[in-house]
Amino acid sequence: MFSAEGSNADGSAKDQMKEEYRKYTFRKVLFMVGCATILIILFGYALTLGSHKIDFFTVFTTIGNHIMGATYQIGTPEWTNDYLVWEDRLPREAIAIVAGVGLAIGGAAMQSVVKNPLADPYTTGISSGAVLGVTVALALGITAGSIAGNYGLVANAFLFGMIPTAVTIIVSRISKTSPATIILAGVAMSYLFNAMSTLILISSEAGKIQEAFLWQIGTLQWTTWDDFPLMFIIVAAGSIVLAFTSKQLNILTLGDESAKSLGLNADNYRLLVLVVLSLMTSAVVSFIGIIGFLGLVSPHIVRTIIGSDNKYVIPAAAIFGAMFLLAADLIARMVINPGELPVGVIMSFIGGPMFLILILKSKKGVW
Amino acid sequence: MGRDDFKSVYYRSVSRKVTFVIICVIVAFIAVGLQLSFGYYDVSFTESYQILWDHICGNIPTTDIGIKRDHIIWDLRLPRSIAGMAVGAGLGVCGAAMQSTLKNPLADPYTTGISAGAGLGATISIVLGICLIPGIIGQPSIIIDAFVFALIPSLVIIAFSSLKRRVTPSMMILIGIAVMYVFTAMTTLLKLTASEDSLQDVYMWSVGTLGKSNWDNVWFMIAATAFGIFAFAILAKKINVMITSDSSAISLGVDPKRCRLLVLIIVSVVTAFLVSFTGTIGFVGLVAPHMVRLIIGSDNRYLIPASAAFGAMMLICSDVIARNIGTGLPVGVITACVGGPVFLYLLIKQRKSIW
Amino acid sequence: MIINIEGLEFGYSSTPVLKDVTAKLEGPKFISILGPNGVGKSTLIHCINKILTPTTGTVMIDDREVKEITIKEMAKMVGYVPYSANDTFPLTVVDTVLMGRHPHSHRGSLDKDLDIVYETLEMLGILDLAMRSFNELSAGQHQKVMLARGLAQEPKILLLDEPTSNLDVRHQLEVAKMLKRLSREKDILVIMICHDINIAAKYSDEIILMHEGTVFDVGTPNEVITRENLETVYGVDAKVIDDDGMPHVILKDSYPEKKPVKIDSDIQETSETPLETA
Repeated sequence: MFSAEGSNADGSAKDQMKEEYRKYTFRKVLFMVGCATILIILFGYALTLGSHKIDFFTVFTTIGNHIMGATYQIGTPEWTNDYLVWEDRLPREAIAIVAGVGLAIGGAAMQSVVKNPLADPYTTGISSGAVLGVTVALALGITAGSIAGNYGLVANAFLFGMIPTAVTIIVSRISKTSPATIILAGVAMSYLFNAMSTLILISSEAGKIQEAFLWQIGTLQWTTWDDFPLMFIIVAAGSIVLAFTSKQLNILTLGDESAKSLGLNADNYRLLVLVVLSLMTSAVVSFIGIIGFLGLVSPHIVRTIIGSDNKYVIPAAAIFGAMFLLAADLIARMVINPGELPVGVIMSFIGGPMFLILILKSKKGVW
Repeated sequence: MGRDDFKSVYYRSVSRKVTFVIICVIVAFIAVGLQLSFGYYDVSFTESYQILWDHICGNIPTTDIGIKRDHIIWDLRLPRSIAGMAVGAGLGVCGAAMQSTLKNPLADPYTTGISAGAGLGATISIVLGICLIPGIIGQPSIIIDAFVFALIPSLVIIAFSSLKRRVTPSMMILIGIAVMYVFTAMTTLLKLTASEDSLQDVYMWSVGTLGKSNWDNVWFMIAATAFGIFAFAILAKKINVMITSDSSAISLGVDPKRCRLLVLIIVSVVTAFLVSFTGTIGFVGLVAPHMVRLIIGSDNRYLIPASAAFGAMMLICSDVIARNIGTGLPVGVITACVGGPVFLYLLIKQRKSIW
Repeated sequence: MIINIEGLEFGYSSTPVLKDVTAKLEGPKFISILGPNGVGKSTLIHCINKILTPTTGTVMIDDREVKEITIKEMAKMVGYVPYSANDTFPLTVVDTVLMGRHPHSHRGSLDKDLDIVYETLEMLGILDLAMRSFNELSAGQHQKVMLARGLAQEPKILLLDEPTSNLDVRHQLEVAKMLKRLSREKDILVIMICHDINIAAKYSDEIILMHEGTVFDVGTPNEVITRENLETVYGVDAKVIDDDGMPHVILKDSYPEKKPVKIDSDIQETSETPLETA
């Protein structure tokens, strides 16, 4: 078949190509490892920060002891450390990581589903739904299943958040399931739900507006361990599903006909992705409010460094998103002393200029 | 097909489009009549026009009841009706122009950040009590601040396009989004520090209402909208050419970059004017052009005046509904609550893709 | 109409596309620009009608520098038929072709404009598509509508970017025939970018062959379409036969991509030359 000379030449070219592919893959993994490292560092640093500075070593011994079941007498310095680290900061950081993962993966998935780089997890109207849910709970006192108090708020936000998504999905199934239709339906739902919220709010007492407003700002300030389990389970489950079907996500962007020829039922899969990411986003929003920008930009930044293969983009965006949110939260806590700014506001402030830079640097069409 | 047949078919399609525009305008005027008659104090349809006519002719009634009715119709409801027409037309026209220029059916007059700017300005005025022209307080202060800040995002876009050679429609949207992020952040910060009452005022402003229109400010709205309609009517042909593609546009003698910026400036100024008086009334600018496009197609020479007429009609009808529910609602709520489902319905029913 | 191109260069930031292009296109005539993909044919055309601005060099139309001509004036003289058309907010066929009248039209010219549109649609055989929406047409019909739009401009120079690539064989020949007829009857300088060497060879008066960003050869089809040229520019082994006085190309095989030269052949070459010079 091939002459001896020929096969050598071919062989070295083949090896060269394999070598380059390996290097290429290695870069992606390197990026993710890098982000993860920064994440861990930030995590540790964040635990030491606060109104009462605790040094690194003490932080870890406290955690270790707590896991071992140590308890302290109230009032002792050990007790203070334990309380601050375990009840105050650790849940906050953990939730920040989970939320960052959820929002970033949600953004990456949504962008693939609607084939629009401007999409984010809220594109189907989830945020306006959640706000309506909270408004209904606060101003009208109606909560789903009459669960009162904080849980009532969360339950409402979660359930109402799913309504616009459901409508959007139904609309897009009945009419042309084009990405533009999904976005347009989401826009319509957002307008509608925002209007309803505003309607309820302005007919109630002034204080209610403030309550609803404060709830809706994305902030990690009031997080406790109670918030963690549900969010963690939903985000973890959703992330696993999306990560394992990343190949199908890739195929989705090729267009419905190409998808079919590759054996993927685009409609059904799209529905699955929308449901999963709505659950994840709703879970995040119900507990910590609306944090914008993260879900939009994390996938983008990740893609410029490691390309658009969802097999890597999904996990990379997750790590990057978690790191980003943690960093933003740190800034939120450090920027005014004492006290803090809501992390949602910090995100937006970082977001604007970063977006502009992304635009300036883009040579041609990521857009 | 013979030459004359060909031409007559074409002229007929044109007249169909013109007829649609006329119908919209007529419905808008009828809606004005409804606006004048319904309300807390009901006046019959014909009587309201009668009172109007009397007033214009100079016959101001002397009876108590007469004066009261004249006041309600002339001083309260008429300016509001006129404002409704003007604002609806202005938003409709700007929405149509934006969608054509940005080649994006999702665009509306606020796409390039205008609403975020206006919101920030209004919030600064309401919460901080600061006006850019020192010494002015209250309503005029809100108007001025909202107007100036509404223009900032567009200025940023213009600045960018003079620095970079190519500013595509997508980039314009993106810059608008970037500015919106920053402005929203600042607005949120301000709202955090606001008192309950100020916060309520801010919310009321942002949802959009025609309730503050009176004979003093109605002229501004009319002027802004008239300018917008006039300017876009002239530019309509160029906008048609610009939609095809940048290269085709140049080959047909239209500079797409300049045309796009010009449209942006006009939309910004007109929308900023309107928004500063009424708050961000949503949906009209997005949906009116779409609905019109479903009926008469995408030719901007007819799309633009039709969007104006349809927008006017849409807003007045919404306002009639808004005013008469309970103690009255801001019209922005109605446009969204009614417009939303209608739009979804349109999305479902749409067979041929118009975009 | 004379287009004089002198020392034209164009590049996108770091990548040069056109290098030192010099040519004279004199009309009325039917000129084809040939060359493999990426050689700069579209770029050259875009530099002529101001869609792109060259980095150096001059383009003159009838002794006027293109730099000095406004795009409005340009649109009255030069028609452009793009390779593909955008679909976002589609118009009817009539309205699309009517846009070609934009440089010339004024108040009250609608009737005359419609006359011209009618004639153009008739000439291209697409009258029955008149009131259809642009996005309902097939690719071939798209192209004819674009052609109609360019012709409606009543240009003195007509630039076409691959106007026949999506048409079936009959329409390919029809359009090429029609373009040649137009150049004669309406005195238009028709400049067409073409991928089909044989159609260009059969109908063109003149061919400009481009290679690696510059003009490789200019002349009548018989002068330019030669076995050697085809080998150098396209990398194909072809046989050129005579067909009613015009050349026709029969493709035999493609040459493999150039491989890096091995050392022994180097030595061979240098050892040969002394013999030759002696």
